[in-house]
Amino acid sequence: MDLSWLSVADANTRWVLTGASLLGLSSGVLGSFALLRRRSLMGDALAHAALPGVCIAFLLTGTKNLGLFLVGAAVAGLLGTMAISAITRYSKIKEDSALGLVLTVFFGIGIMLLTVIQRMPGGNQSGLDKFLFGQAAALVGSDVQLMTAIAAGLCLAVFLLFKEFKLLAFDPGFGAGLGLPMGILDLLLNLLILLAVVIGLQSVGVVLMAAMLITPAVAARYWTDRLATMTVLAGLFGAASGALGTLLSQLGPRMPTGPLIVLAATMVFLVSLFFAPRRGLVARLVRFLRLKRQVARETALRAVYELAEGAGDPGAAIGLEELRRRRGITGGGALEALARAGALSPAAPGAWRLTAAGLAEAHRLVREQRLWEVFLMHEGELGGAAVDRDGALVPAALRADLERLLRLHGLEPALSPRSATHTARGEGA
Amino acid sequence: MAEYPLEVRDLTVAYHRKPVVQSVNLTLPEGQLVGVVGPNGAGKSTMLKAILGLVPAAAGEVRVFGRPYAAQRSLVGYVPQRGSVDWDFPTDALDVVLMGRYGRLGWFRRPGAKDRELAMECLRQVGMADFANRQISQLSGGQQQRVFLARALAQDARLYFMDEPFAGVDAATEKAIVSLLGALKERGKTVVVVHHDLQTVKEYFDWLVLLNMRLIAFGPTEEVFTAENLQKAYGGRLTQFGAGAAAVLAAAKEA
Repeated sequence: MDLSWLSVADANTRWVLTGASLLGLSSGVLGSFALLRRRSLMGDALAHAALPGVCIAFLLTGTKNLGLFLVGAAVAGLLGTMAISAITRYSKIKEDSALGLVLTVFFGIGIMLLTVIQRMPGGNQSGLDKFLFGQAAALVGSDVQLMTAIAAGLCLAVFLLFKEFKLLAFDPGFGAGLGLPMGILDLLLNLLILLAVVIGLQSVGVVLMAAMLITPAVAARYWTDRLATMTVLAGLFGAASGALGTLLSQLGPRMPTGPLIVLAATMVFLVSLFFAPRRGLVARLVRFLRLKRQVARETALRAVYELAEGAGDPGAAIGLEELRRRRGITGGGALEALARAGALSPAAPGAWRLTAAGLAEAHRLVREQRLWEVFLMHEGELGGAAVDRDGALVPAALRADLERLLRLHGLEPALSPRSATHTARGEGA
Repeated sequence: MAEYPLEVRDLTVAYHRKPVVQSVNLTLPEGQLVGVVGPNGAGKSTMLKAILGLVPAAAGEVRVFGRPYAAQRSLVGYVPQRGSVDWDFPTDALDVVLMGRYGRLGWFRRPGAKDRELAMECLRQVGMADFANRQISQLSGGQQQRVFLARALAQDARLYFMDEPFAGVDAATEKAIVSLLGALKERGKTVVVVHHDLQTVKEYFDWLVLLNMRLIAFGPTEEVFTAENLQKAYGGRLTQFGAGAAAVLAAAKEA
């Protein structure tokens, strides 16, 4: 295999890689806002609508110049967005149907024009069909300079209008209430998305360009809960996908770059989906299993405690059969795990009793649980203070009140760790 | 001449030619807690949104402190319904509250340490200071509502509009909202609240706007909250509420 293209000294490769990274960067950054504004499909419509624009630009000028193509694509995309908003405003057609309608009609016109162009005499038109699936190798220095300028402009605009776009994506109604021109900002955001789509057309192609808006942004969302971080990450993911896809496409002759760039982005997404901390599937599964185990153990320990409490003896032997019948606890797994942890000790085959450590822990758990119950009974009277419902602990500010209520309700756990030592002493005497 | 916080003249909203809010005329006094009540679908939220220019009004004029609303936006705070946004948005509680400052910051400027401090103070006032850095999807419904209230506080407005702040919240949040309303009133703010629970109307509000597409009555609560007016707004429907409604009617008769 000829690996000479990997040499970064090769000017052409350098241009191509730079161009692909820039397109990934801008579509990732703008994609974050498109995604959160629920405009992901808008990118798809814009990209498909751009094709007739590119063809008409060529038909009018007879030259293949990226700058002209971009103007054509931008104008066609703009017409497409206007068509979509006109359809949704003046008919009963919903936005998704309007998107589908505009996308297919514009794309159909584009394909038709492309066929016309292919049949024209002369050889100048070859390569125009590369706009379908992208050919990064066709990028030349001046193209990349143009892309750099646009990408820099896009990033600067997002940087300057970050808080306005955040508000637009999160709560446009509130933004309008603040007096910010949300309609104009929405239009501007659409325009920026259009530009991000347009500079990617050459490398990714109209068919798959929408994926570059959506995939890096979705992947980035897995890693962070902050919009600023998400935007930067999506840009980086996009840029990396662009570069990686372009490199992969050079492994074989005449490979379209679009699908490979999109596949690279998909790889980033899959890694994020599975392995991102907290939101990733693996992390969630681990967390779920851990929680399940913990809940099973605490439930079992509380059950043993409350049965012993009913018997009035902290050292009572509680059998599995009784636990199943009276507390619905099946399987001894949790009980055996508790025994291994030293909270229970076997009293007879299939029966356990609390150890001193187990009694202390069980007392704490039962008391905490009952404090919660009392809190919920009296939430109305106690309210006002912030209560963290996800937290495992009873709010500290209310503890004294709740403990008093607990006694009033007669719910104070009867077997306290101290009473156990009394009993033990009593037995010893 | 006294400047009223809110004057609404002949406000009409229509969807597909069907009028939803018909020729509403209102003048609200300053420093009062104003409840907007009426049956479901009576146009309470729509009227609010039309006042704020969020839905187009077919006719009418809104003046805030004597001048057209468009020129007075910075004096108006707004708490939308909680369900109106995506709570899985990548942001935390403090950041949402900071959005209340955006109107005063102006273009391109980012909130600074001072805005952050103020936003924290607003969170404190609704009892949410401990949750400042919590991702908003991890807050309970009531806590989300309080974050929205804190955001409106951060706007530092003189006239507030709240769209069903009590809907579906826990007791703690209800209490927090009530004490917040009291605090706002103490500072001389005027608060307009869309409300659905007739039983608490007398307790919470000084003034009432009774709406059923058209304005049924408005004025001090004790004058407006009468059995006669309620029957006018709710018609036979009120009796369907059963014992609760009977109690409300009885209470209204006493008033």
